[in-house]
Amino acid sequence: MRTIEELIATALIFENLRAEQLGVIAGCGREEHVAAGAFLLREGEAAERFFLIRRGSVALEVHGPGRGAVTIETLHAGDAVGLSWLFEPYRWQLDARALEPCELIGFDGACLRGKCEADPELGYELMRRFAANLVARLQATRLQLLDVYGDARASA
Amino acid sequence: MALEHVIERSDFDELFAALSRRGYTIVGPTVRDRAIVYDELRSVADLPVGWSDEQGGGHYRLTRRNDDALFGFAVGPHSWKQYQLPPEVKLWEARVDERGALVDAVEPPRTAPRYAFLGARSCELHAMGILDRVLLGGSHPDPGDRARAQGVFVVAVQCGQAGGTCFCVSMNTGPVAERGFDLALTEVIEDERHYFTVEVGSDRGAELLRDVPHQPAAGHERIAAGAVHARTASQMGRELDTAGIKELLYRNYEHPRWDEVAERCVTCGNCTMVCPTCFCTTVEDITDLAGEQVERHQRWDSCFTVDYSHIHGGAVRASPRSRYRQWMTHKLASWWDQFDSAGCVGCGRCITWCPVGIDITEEARAIRESEERPGADD
Amino acid sequence: MLEPRLEADPIGPGPMVPEPFEVISRRRDTGDTWTLELERSSGAALEFAPGQFTMLSAGGAGEVPISISGDPDRPDRLVHTVRAVGLATEAICAAEPGRMLAARGPFGEPWPVEQAEGADVVIAAGGIGLAPLRPAILWLLARRERYGRLVLLYGGRAPDQLLYTDELGAWAERGLEVLVTVDSAGPEWLGHVGVVTRLVARAGLAGGDAVAMACGPEVMMRFTVAALREAGVDAGRVFVSVERNMQCGIGHCGHCQLGRTLVCRDGPVYRWSELEPWLAIRDL
Repeated sequence: MRTIEELIATALIFENLRAEQLGVIAGCGREEHVAAGAFLLREGEAAERFFLIRRGSVALEVHGPGRGAVTIETLHAGDAVGLSWLFEPYRWQLDARALEPCELIGFDGACLRGKCEADPELGYELMRRFAANLVARLQATRLQLLDVYGDARASA
Repeated sequence: MALEHVIERSDFDELFAALSRRGYTIVGPTVRDRAIVYDELRSVADLPVGWSDEQGGGHYRLTRRNDDALFGFAVGPHSWKQYQLPPEVKLWEARVDERGALVDAVEPPRTAPRYAFLGARSCELHAMGILDRVLLGGSHPDPGDRARAQGVFVVAVQCGQAGGTCFCVSMNTGPVAERGFDLALTEVIEDERHYFTVEVGSDRGAELLRDVPHQPAAGHERIAAGAVHARTASQMGRELDTAGIKELLYRNYEHPRWDEVAERCVTCGNCTMVCPTCFCTTVEDITDLAGEQVERHQRWDSCFTVDYSHIHGGAVRASPRSRYRQWMTHKLASWWDQFDSAGCVGCGRCITWCPVGIDITEEARAIRESEERPGADD
Repeated sequence: MLEPRLEADPIGPGPMVPEPFEVISRRRDTGDTWTLELERSSGAALEFAPGQFTMLSAGGAGEVPISISGDPDRPDRLVHTVRAVGLATEAICAAEPGRMLAARGPFGEPWPVEQAEGADVVIAAGGIGLAPLRPAILWLLARRERYGRLVLLYGGRAPDQLLYTDELGAWAERGLEVLVTVDSAGPEWLGHVGVVTRLVARAGLAGGDAVAMACGPEVMMRFTVAALREAGVDAGRVFVSVERNMQCGIGHCGHCQLGRTLVCRDGPVYRWSELEPWLAIRDL
């Protein structure tokens, strides 16, 4: 039976953190399971948690009338789900829905924000990692936006 | 409630004749295609004499009675809706000229047949009132709707037995009709006698009754009629707790029960066709091949069809789950906010005529109970 | 006025009978969008409030709800900007000057242009969503002194997809701050590129008692309104225009239901604070 600390140690987003920093982070987390089709977070709701996917996959979706739910991106084992917990106004911008049964580590965002306030060095380390994650996702999104495959009409 | 008069069964035909003489087109229940439907009646013999019905979830059978009751059944697949809001109405027709203009537009005459509804039940009177509010209560009432609403002579019949899926008691719409009729009859069959007690509901009803042999109702006859009413009220096949139902459903748009019922619902739309208050229509412009004649038709539609909610990009309610949820929440909840009345009258038709027997009272109960006992929903 | 042949009917034609309008001018705005100016055959102007719509049809090809995009102070011309996406709209867009269309209306709840007097007004439009907002813009500019800042945030897919580009300059001269952005563009475009939500921050809104009016694809409206609220605009002072399937336009056919409202009757313009809980429900 592994501890939360052991379970998160291998995640890319927590790479190279010191053992006691991992311990603080683990203190705000717990194991969770969600069924296929369940929502991890909903657009507009307060962003008080985030998740690390241990097993399974999650779709980030935007819903609208007529188009239904459009998947923007999918996240898998090792990925963090939820970035808005770290930045004001702490509100989810998208829906995140489990595509299959998932094993997650769920983190209390308010708890972790508090820990970062108390320990700026931990805060800096987390901010660096999440910022890097954001930059990578931003670049990927820009590439998606370019619609490089296009169609005959668009490229004319 | 004062029951004032009595008509013997042997004089009932006079009631029928009196309506005919006044030029009414009499519509009422008759047996056809192994069901009791509403159609034009030429004589009392067209009524379902001696017939009853056996109803349950997805179940309807006619059965023979051991008496000659004229109204010994509940309600069938038809409702009076087909006269208030006909399944197909031609709104207008016109010629299209060379510039694309609609010329010589003709609307059908605003007159409608002078109907007499013979055998309308309490739940149905409530349904007619609800439908009138939808069609006539807004800021753009259609004169055709108004023409159809005026002048209908209503002979109500107080139910002598509840149907297997009835829940008018829960919805406060019966079983006894208290208003909205010209005459209201209660059929009483005793060993030696077959008669109707009659309550007059309007001047027009009183005037008609003068042409029909009748007597003041005696005490024991009033008691007999009251016993019929009480017996029917005790026989309800279903129950629906309406306390706070609007808020209950508004709170539960994401309830897992919708997924569960969606696995059963085949979105056939039967419920909307038989429901006496479902009013949705579609508007179609139909042209001839040359595009020189156009007609605008209004036809019954159902929120269960995929393209009912179609906008550019697709249907808003693409899933059966969302469509069943729309129908049920409209009927029991949002109808209140849209039209300031209930949408459901507890007639049970949607339960009887659903091919898989989905029961609106059961679905509402499941959602309510899951709130009272979390985890109980199964 | 169409003259239906009826026996002595004092009521007049039913609300489902349209009136004839002649196409006076037709202009192509984008690849699939045209603006038509119509004149009512009876001669009388069709008075309307900004944000209202008509049920429009061409020679029996079907009726569609189209927002009025003309000047409410000049109702002698009925103006519609239409996107050709199906049979009915294609027939309407194909109607050249001299051809006849048919219209019923106007219907619906309008933009709160009078209630916004005294405040800053932010108008956020996405794509063809600018068309139902144009009457509001013209109304506000005609009464410029009654309002504080007037700001237009307009986003489109690409430079050649923008509407009313020949008017934006004139509007700016009359006191409308105009910020335009596109999702992507080639090097000849010197304006903003990015989503319209990013323009909200650029506008430097003060919040306070500002009134916002937004129209565009529903997803765009949701995110734009979120940005406006972050900028301090109160949810009770944000108004949006939504679209649902409409068949009758008069509250009878049931198709346009959105939760507990009928869009043709209670909308298409809604106060955001009242609409938001309903738009959050998927597949409602």
